[in-house]
Amino acid sequence: MRRSAHMSRRTAALATTAALLTGLLAGCADDGGGSDRGDSGESTDGKKTVTIGVFGVFGYKQAGLYDEYQKLNPDVVIKETSIERADQYYPQLLTHLGTGSGLQDIQAIEVGNIAETVTRHADKFVDLGREKGVDEKNWLDWKWAQATAEDGRTIGLGTDVGPMAICYRKDLFEKAGLPTDREKVGALWAGDWEKYVETGEKYMEKAPSGTVYTDTAIGLFNASVSGRVERYYDRGGELIYKDSPAVKDSWDLAMRAVEGKMTARLKQFDKPWDQAYANGRFATVACPAWMLGYIKEKAGPKAADKWDIAPAPKPANWGGSFLSVPEAAKNKEEAVKLAAWLTAPEQQAKLFGKQASFPSSPATYEMPEVADARHEYFGDAPIGEIFSQAAEDMPTLVLGEKDLAIQTAFTDVGVLQVEQQGKSPEAGWDAALKNIDNLLDQ
Amino acid sequence: MPRTAGEAGRKTAATAGRRTDPEADPKADRRAERRSRRYRRDVRWSPYLFISPFFLFFTAFGLFPLLYTGWASLHRVSLHEPTTMEWAGLHNYTRLLEDEFFWNALRNTFTIGVISTVPQLLMALGLAHILNYRLRGAMFFRVAMLAPYATSVAAATLVFVLLFGRDYGMINWALGFLGIENINWQTGHWTSQLAVASIVIWRWTGYNTLIYLAAMQAVPRDLYESAALDGATRWQQFRHVTIPSLRPTILFTIVVSTIGATQLFGEPLLFGGAGGQKGGPDHAYQTLGLYMYEQGWFNFHLGRASAIAWAMFLILLLIALVNWLVVRRLRRS
Repeated sequence: MRRSAHMSRRTAALATTAALLTGLLAGCADDGGGSDRGDSGESTDGKKTVTIGVFGVFGYKQAGLYDEYQKLNPDVVIKETSIERADQYYPQLLTHLGTGSGLQDIQAIEVGNIAETVTRHADKFVDLGREKGVDEKNWLDWKWAQATAEDGRTIGLGTDVGPMAICYRKDLFEKAGLPTDREKVGALWAGDWEKYVETGEKYMEKAPSGTVYTDTAIGLFNASVSGRVERYYDRGGELIYKDSPAVKDSWDLAMRAVEGKMTARLKQFDKPWDQAYANGRFATVACPAWMLGYIKEKAGPKAADKWDIAPAPKPANWGGSFLSVPEAAKNKEEAVKLAAWLTAPEQQAKLFGKQASFPSSPATYEMPEVADARHEYFGDAPIGEIFSQAAEDMPTLVLGEKDLAIQTAFTDVGVLQVEQQGKSPEAGWDAALKNIDNLLDQ
Repeated sequence: MPRTAGEAGRKTAATAGRRTDPEADPKADRRAERRSRRYRRDVRWSPYLFISPFFLFFTAFGLFPLLYTGWASLHRVSLHEPTTMEWAGLHNYTRLLEDEFFWNALRNTFTIGVISTVPQLLMALGLAHILNYRLRGAMFFRVAMLAPYATSVAAATLVFVLLFGRDYGMINWALGFLGIENINWQTGHWTSQLAVASIVIWRWTGYNTLIYLAAMQAVPRDLYESAALDGATRWQQFRHVTIPSLRPTILFTIVVSTIGATQLFGEPLLFGGAGGQKGGPDHAYQTLGLYMYEQGWFNFHLGRASAIAWAMFLILLLIALVNWLVVRRLRRS
């Protein structure tokens, strides 16, 4: 009796260890992305599961588009996986592409990464331009071009774009002796970012105490440099950031704003930036359509009747994404259908109504949801009209592989050193270039 | 119940002897033999099975990545094609020697390490000494000590970012009463290092305090009593009784803190907010960990990132060696 009890206890211990081991090892062998879906993309009850990987909030779920699609296609189940930050999402996508596993059926790609993906990995994605239900005419020319490789393959369908305007505080403008009406304000700087800085100089002469003209020189640099055709790369794909006129001009403008002490010396999307909105620290900010919700949230209800929107000096784009389908996707056919549906003009218009992601489809600019759109918080400004005008007038910006990283070096190293650490513009410029050299060096 | 190998051996000898015995029941004999063989095998291999989980995991998630990283550090590898490697020899390492960003990161790791570890351990010693007295609610204070350690790095750092805000931060607000102008904690060179170090200090002081406290409670009471009889003040008791008895513990905490400081990553990353991997506009708090992260996951140079990882590993080995020499020296004296 005793012996058998002993044996069984030992057997139990062994069995437990073995079970633990196999369980744990099996758990390791399973790839993170693949664990929650069937092997063939088919779930048990015969429905097809289409997975979609995004970063941040794309708003499809919130706008009810997944539900709508599932109602139209009862045999499809959509599963979304979101990673908060785009700069963490992209390296993960690259490793998955490299190994050909762990990929979702649809993968979103940020505009800052699209050029690199197109030049390096076009062969790993489905050519969506040739798929049924996809019509090139539905997209802005430059948006379509950004996701199209040299050989004509289009690997991403544009979701939204980020046409920029200038959001400004009427109350502060009034106190500084500037016009407050959005047309007159737009006229102050129409056509040239230099005029925007000159307006800043005027603002600073009579600035209400505790306020400055704009949040940061980074925003100005970004807005100005993004409205050109060639900034860091030329059309042939050569690096020209060291002496491209777009970069030079924008840098000089940013430096002028810093030297005129017209910036609040903040870093965008950091907490102090949010707090500055709440405290009404600055009078203007270059704002793409997607930023309106952010401003409304941070500036809060007490600033409700104070903000307004005027067109930017020159149209420029900031942000916007694409949906793509990897060749290694398990459920390619369904994924292509869903991606095409989600980015079709009707759905883009719906998304704009619910989530303020500005459509990349010019066909929607005629639709009442967009054409008549106004934003109550921003003095009932006709945002549909302002932003679609900007989107249509925008030049096709040449994007290169390292666009995003180069931009970050100029802003987060170069401009910040001058703006926040009081270094000379030359020192800031040199520091930025040194960072870019290190980045490009293999 | 035979428990030792010796006993099992004796039994085997008995079984072996019985083989020549014509009276024995061959069936029982075989059964006994089988049982004893199983038993011997059990005694011999079971311990290995029981310790195997750790070593299997270590091989899979520790040793293999370590060796593979070493292999990758001898190649040009891009995150775009992680499977294609181009032999580069020692290029990545020689490049590090002339890479000012690497030296900057190494310097930062060292300075932040010093300004966080030294005050942290000193404070921990003092706190442990105080907690070692009979206190009302001692348990409460001990648990409270551990609370910062139990807080996640992310949560703690985000709170510290708010405290250290330039325009609306609490610390600048308090300094304002002393007539000190707003300090730019986030982007100032030394101020940002101090801020990062303060997060580390806040998180780890309590942890070290408890370790010291445990060691202090093992110091015999009569040592203090006789010291008190000799007229030693509390400070003198601390210096001449507590510190010498705690020497091995102090060494242990120094080693652990140094390793932690060399690998510092989460606090500076989150302190920097968006783009935190750069460690501020002039890389003032870009530690080795952050630089590796930037090279690998932002610049996509996996080979160079691997070389940095191995450089860090070698630095830690060096620290371990120095520590070993010191310990040996102390033991002898």
